[in-house]
Formats: sequence, C-alpha cells, structure tokens
Amino acid sequence: MSFTIRKQNGIAIVEVEGQLIVGNRQELKQKVLDEVESGTRKVLMDFARTGYIDSSGLGVLVSLAKTLRDDGGELRLANLNDDLRTLFELTKLDTLFPIAETRERALESF
Amino acid sequence: MPQSAFALERSIPSDVQYIEGIVAEVAAGCATFDFPSHLMSLNVPVALTEALANAILRGNGDDREKTVRIRVRVDDVQLVVEVVDEGKGFDLAACTRDPTTPDRLELEDGRGLFLMQRLVDRLEQYVDGGNVVRFTVRRT
Repeated sequence: MSFTIRKQNGIAIVEVEGQLIVGNRQELKQKVLDEVESGTRKVLMDFARTGYIDSSGLGVLVSLAKTLRDDGGELRLANLNDDLRTLFELTKLDTLFPIAETRERALESF
Repeated sequence: MPQSAFALERSIPSDVQYIEGIVAEVAAGCATFDFPSHLMSLNVPVALTEALANAILRGNGDDREKTVRIRVRVDDVQLVVEVVDEGKGFDLAACTRDPTTPDRLELEDGRGLFLMQRLVDRLEQYVDGGNVVRFTVRRT
C-alpha cells in the first residue's frame, strides 16, 4: 500500500496503490491536506492500481472533497474498476464525486 | 470436515494494522479452495475489513490489550466468517443506517454496517463468549 502525489498543471494527482482502508486512511488524508495547505485546490485520485476501499476510505474521500470544496477547490476520481464502481454506486457516492474513465479525461475536466 | 473445506482461526491484538494481513490470509485460503474470485475482489475483503475494524475500534474500544478472534470456514457451498471481540455487543438493526439519504451522504462515518449488509448474503450479531459478528457469502 502506498500513496504517490504528482503535480501536473497545478493539479495534485494522487495514485493509490493497494488498499485504501482504516489502517492507512489517515496517511492519505494528511498527505492531501498538506497539499491543500500548500495551496493546491484541484486534486485527482487515480485508482488505477487500487484494490479495494472500505467505509473508512470512502469517508476520507468525502471529508477531503468537503475540505476542498470549502476552499473553492475540487476532488475528482478516475480509473475505478468495476468493483470500485459498484462500491460507489452502493453508497451513492457516485452522485457526489465527479468520476472519469481515465486520468486524462479527469485532468481535462478540471 | 469435507476434503473440500478450508478452516482458519486467528487471534490478533486490537490494532487496525493487522487487518490487511488477515484479509490477505483469508483470500489466499479461499483461492486455494476455488472460492469465486469475483467475490474475493470486493465482497469478502470489504466485509471482513469492516467486521475487523468494528471489532477493534468499537467492540474493543481500540484497546491494544484486548484481542479479536477470527474464525473462517469455506466449503462447497459458502464462506462463513466469525469475528469476535470483547465488547458487550450491539443491536445490529438499530446501528445499521442508510448512508445514502441526502442528510447522510456527506457524512464521513456510518457506512460500515450498511456496506456489510449489501456485500454479504447473511449478516448476524450475537453474544457468545464475546460479541460475535458472523457473515456468510455463498459461492453462487
């Protein structure tokens, strides 16, 4: 499990490798909040290499989205596999987050 | 136990850092006994993660001196998982809320039991030498 953040045209691209669960959600949250603290307002979560996400992981995404929105920013998601899409649909979080098929499309949509 | 069955029993300290390892161990065991892979990519790992997290954080109050026990059995029909903590138990129906309503959609917490209900075929809670959360996932 690891989180990598790359910057591209002012957008922080967060690659989530492995699981996003209760044991590592705070690490992800802090990394993104550090980016927000340094001025970043656009964040893209790329789940191309993500396994599964639990309710704690979903909760962190909701929390970060609210933080960014309150600061005039936005959190977008990309590269959800079928399982992750099912997870977002079950919880109706697919109605809360802008979700793109690919990283490129997500970047274009900011 | 039929030859096509797999059983596992583990006991872990109340520390969420143990969760991923247990889930991986159960997944490996299920794969050995040809449990459907599509159920092992989302349903079982998420349900097990939720059950363990609840046991550690709520049942045992995040007290690392306390223990969580896990029992898993896979046979030709189904997977049954029991997660046992040292808490007093809880009312499963009363604690399971719908997090998809407009007033709850943006809350950070409150999706765990709901997700478990949706991802498994049967979810039970009872007290038997500890607080037991038991879930069943059928092969078909």
